[in-house]
Amino acid sequence: MRISANTDVCVGAGQCVLTGPGVFDQDDDGVVVLVTDQLDDEAAVARARIAVDLCPSRALSVVD
Amino acid sequence: MTDTTAPDLADTEFPIGRTCPFAAPAEYGQLRDRAPISKVNLVGGGEVWWVSGYEEARTILVDRRFSSDRRHDNFPMPNGGPTFRARARRQPPSMIGLDGAAHSAERRALIGEFTVRRLTALQPRIQAIVDEFIDGMLAADQRPVDLVKALSLPVPSLVICEMLGVPYADHEFFQDRTTALLRRTTAPQDRERYMDELRGYLADLIRRKVAEPTDDLFSRQITRRRDDGTFDEVSLVSMAFLLLLAGHETTANMISLSVIGLLEKPDQLASLRADPTRIPLAVEELLRYFTVVETATSRVATEDVEISGVTIRAHDGIVVSGLSADWDPDVFENPEELDIERGARHHIAFGYGPHQCLGQNLARLELEIVLETLFRRIPTLRLAVPMDDVVFRTDAGIYGVYELPVTW
Repeated sequence: MRISANTDVCVGAGQCVLTGPGVFDQDDDGVVVLVTDQLDDEAAVARARIAVDLCPSRALSVVD
Repeated sequence: MTDTTAPDLADTEFPIGRTCPFAAPAEYGQLRDRAPISKVNLVGGGEVWWVSGYEEARTILVDRRFSSDRRHDNFPMPNGGPTFRARARRQPPSMIGLDGAAHSAERRALIGEFTVRRLTALQPRIQAIVDEFIDGMLAADQRPVDLVKALSLPVPSLVICEMLGVPYADHEFFQDRTTALLRRTTAPQDRERYMDELRGYLADLIRRKVAEPTDDLFSRQITRRRDDGTFDEVSLVSMAFLLLLAGHETTANMISLSVIGLLEKPDQLASLRADPTRIPLAVEELLRYFTVVETATSRVATEDVEISGVTIRAHDGIVVSGLSADWDPDVFENPEELDIERGARHHIAFGYGPHQCLGQNLARLELEIVLETLFRRIPTLRLAVPMDDVVFRTDAGIYGVYELPVTW
């Protein structure tokens, strides 16, 4: 599964970093950074899906 | 009135405010059952769309056709609308009153200060502050101790003061005023005066930091705005006012309510004590259960929008009830039950959409540290008065308690 992040709409709420710390990070300005966009293990996928749902600016999506 | 108005609630004004200390008002559930978006009377006059369903609340809060512009005639303002609308029109809005690109620019200037990494670095300092105030409680000559004064208010107050660069020595000045501002019963002219006094205080502070920068958020904002040519003292005062106010009462009241909620559920408290790794999820449930900021999430429609079978017309006012959404039984089973195991991460106690609380992860961290430390260091903590005697803030824009006598 692949994740994509739209940094233009990110509002830096940081919910993704709390939910999927190995997948999502923030740069010094607070904007989302993908540590990896390719998710293989099931637990990481589940956490990423939660992060997609929680993101208040809908900046995250599951690509496939 | 339109046909979506519940006839038996035709004389009721919203928001109602909690009467039973923990429960959302029964009317909220009645409305949500009939229609998750309904027209109601607003406290202080006028009609608004009241959004009580969880899905509808999230849908509206991410939809950019709904504006946060408090200068608009129909932006819902319970109590003192004309007074506060006039104020909103004569001073620059803070980011909560901005839309689109203007909002994004203000928010982006700040989010670097609140990253998860920055907050993790603050953890030891917050722990030391919490320990210091608990030392004070344990050293008190007399019991009961008022938890609000001894811990719930001073912890977030000192943390936000250090972060922003506000002298904590002035805490009585701004705490008295922020508390009074949030009381619905405070007369509009008094609220006006308190706002002017707080703004005057912050303007002086910012002028001092312009002359002599220090290592704090306010000074860094001054530098940043001077560098990019957007520096404007009055706008910066609006930002400072928002951050100081928001950093205080919200977390303070969540601390007190969380303590009460857990003391009322000894089995759940015991499970947290036995396994503190459960605390973060418990905090999410406490945030959902109490949803202390009931109606900060108001909007005004900029065009006609069809949603859940109703047509919201351009210029209609909308109040999204976070409390009602967080008690939606379709999303949170048995919402009236505090259940720290439920996994309530998706609550909207911090709002949703681009305006979702900037300081949410600071609040989470403070709550986690306070609850873990308090119940570890004072394991026999208990209320010193019967629950019925606890004075809840039923008259305030942020729910909580005015005082909380505890003993051990």
